Amino acid sequence: MTALLEIRDLKAEIAGKQILNGYDLTVKAGEVHAIMGPNGSGKSTLSYVLSGRPGYKITEGQALLAGADLSQMSVDERAAAGLFLAFQYPLEVPGVATMTFLRAALNAQRKKRGEEEMSSPDLIKRVKELAKILDMDMEMLRRPVNVGFSGGEKKRAETLQMMLLEPKLCILDETDSGLDIDALKVVSNGVNQLRSKDRGIVVITHYQRLLDYITPDVVHVQSAGRIVRTGGKELALELEETGYARYQSEAA
Amino acid sequence: MGNAQATPARKLTDAEARLAEIFAMQQSAGAPQLAKLRTAAFDAFSKTGLPNRRDEAWKYTDLRALLRDVKPLAEPPEDSAKQGARSAAVLEGVASRRLVFVGGYFVPELSDLADLEAGLSVMSLSEALAKGDAAAMTQIGNVGEVDDPAFALNTAFMGEGVVIRVGAGICVDRPIQLVFVAGAQPATYFLRSLVIVEKGARATLIESFEGETAQEYHVNAATEVVLEEGASLERLKISREGAAAMHVSTFVASLAADAQLSDFGFNLGGAVLRNQFFININGQGAHAGLRGANILKGKEHADATLFLDHAAERSESKALFKSVLDDSSQAVFQGKILVRPGAQKTDARMMARTLLLSEGAQANCKPELEIFADDVQCAHGSTVGALDENLIFYLMARGIPQAEAQSLLTEAFVGEVIDAVADRSVREALTGLVSERLRTR
Ligand SMILES: Nc1ncnc2c1ncn2[C@@H]1O[C@H](COP(=O)(O)OP(=O)(O)OP(=O)(O)O)[C@@H](O)[C@H]1O
Ligand SMILES: [Mg+2]
Repeated sequence: MTALLEIRDLKAEIAGKQILNGYDLTVKAGEVHAIMGPNGSGKSTLSYVLSGRPGYKITEGQALLAGADLSQMSVDERAAAGLFLAFQYPLEVPGVATMTFLRAALNAQRKKRGEEEMSSPDLIKRVKELAKILDMDMEMLRRPVNVGFSGGEKKRAETLQMMLLEPKLCILDETDSGLDIDALKVVSNGVNQLRSKDRGIVVITHYQRLLDYITPDVVHVQSAGRIVRTGGKELALELEETGYARYQSEAA
Repeated sequence: MGNAQATPARKLTDAEARLAEIFAMQQSAGAPQLAKLRTAAFDAFSKTGLPNRRDEAWKYTDLRALLRDVKPLAEPPEDSAKQGARSAAVLEGVASRRLVFVGGYFVPELSDLADLEAGLSVMSLSEALAKGDAAAMTQIGNVGEVDDPAFALNTAFMGEGVVIRVGAGICVDRPIQLVFVAGAQPATYFLRSLVIVEKGARATLIESFEGETAQEYHVNAATEVVLEEGASLERLKISREGAAAMHVSTFVASLAADAQLSDFGFNLGGAVLRNQFFININGQGAHAGLRGANILKGKEHADATLFLDHAAERSESKALFKSVLDDSSQAVFQGKILVRPGAQKTDARMMARTLLLSEGAQANCKPELEIFADDVQCAHGSTVGALDENLIFYLMARGIPQAEAQSLLTEAFVGEVIDAVADRSVREALTGLVSERLRTR
């Protein structure tokens, strides 16, 4: 069976500076992977390269989503093909109503996949259900996208988008940072509802605590633009003890 | 050079010569109403002729160069043109009282003047003049002191329009919509309206200008508004003129104490669109909000020139003009704020924001402050930029195709202007118009 995500010897640069240095990662459907690693090791860069952010350039290697070469797709095509990135720093979009945004996103994806569009009443109903799960006030969702949201509220909103869009592969870039203890539970619960045999989840995090709620199948340590160690969930506990010092010197 | 000879009169342009001819014909055809006013206006016009780029106020819109010939004054429209106009009204979803003008003529059968609200009087200009409506006779041309050749031409040639009076304390909820549809033939239209909102009264006026034709035609429209003490008017002007149309519009308002003016202009089509505003804030505590949005493409050119005259204490003016410029279109914003001696605690702000969708597009902004009082707040600013790439990426990362992401962000940019419109159905209709315009790029 083809892996959901297959990254082979990927090298990528931004502004002429190479950040990913031969990245290898395979995520199969049904798996949850955690990526941990020091600041500046290129975790967000990986997520941007996969989602196709302008300025990020693949110089070598490949990234395949369900066998399809991501580098051949536009940003919106990648999303329609099932890739979702929960941003480390979600953006505020002044003047664009949240519901308008959600409807545009969901229906554009559906249209591209040849599926029927979701009606407005159905969409509102679904968003209400999700807001309840994520303990979000519907009043917030009447505002423009993320405008004036607190850091934690933005992370909840990203999670809501992800749950609505039901992607095949979810990449969560530090979705836990900025969340209070209760919010961490609520958001983790939402993410866990997405766990399924058809879906892959990659959580990028600095904290073992998140992994208490979202139990990973595999944990990777990333340093200086590549994965330097892979293990089970006990690896996260070990990192909590030892830190990244030995990996950083290894990578150097 | 030695002998003190008077400089010979400038040779008239073809257009100027033609205007003089038409004016002479108009007079010999039997004295029209307001003959004195018209003659004085044409004399004033003749002193300067068509404005050109050496006139500060017309620096970026050289009417003398642009107006190469004068199209004939419009003839009454044929039935087919009236039929076509039936479907043309914009803002369809808005429950409004509608007055329709086709090819410069009032068409009663397309209009609805039945059962006017108590205290509201609405009449076509021709009817008001024929009846010798005293208010119309004395107010027209006298709402503010306007020294401008295009406005003078309007006064000299004014053909049709409306005279509206809202009686003291009357609140007219249903917007009054004036729909001006260009005829099929090349023509010049001189449209003139007068709106008097008496003490404490309130109304909404919508003026929309439309032209389906690819023919060149010229619109010279002027609206004068008198806001008495505590009166309030929301005015919307929507221009969706034909691709070769030239549209010059003058708005003159006088505001008494505590009067509120909220003006919105949307320029959604036309080769040359000039909107000039002469706002006379004569009463304490009066407020004028002027907002506008240009959505231009091709070689379209839109010019907004504002003159805000603060002559009373504690008065406010807020101007916000936004432009979305594609292709090699051009937007001009000129704003002059005058604070007269004694107009203390004036609060006047102007802002022009431009979104460039193409490298060939151009924005010109020229603010000017003349302040003769010491305790005032005046500010002006302008920004020019492109859409935020990061936001486009964010929207696309959610599956929204690039063109749609751009449209959504552009609509959001214009949305700030629309959001200030009081009536929800009008806001929705405007959002629809803007969105339609942006999506047919
Ligand atoms: N536009 C850019 N130009 C140059 N260097 C950049 C640019 N963007 C990111 N970088 C560099 O790329 C490296 C990787 O950054 P990245 O954000 O991927 O790290 P990260 O692992 O996500 O860190 P954190 O844990 O702090 O989120 C950093 O050294 C950063 O400074
Ligand atoms: Mg990061």
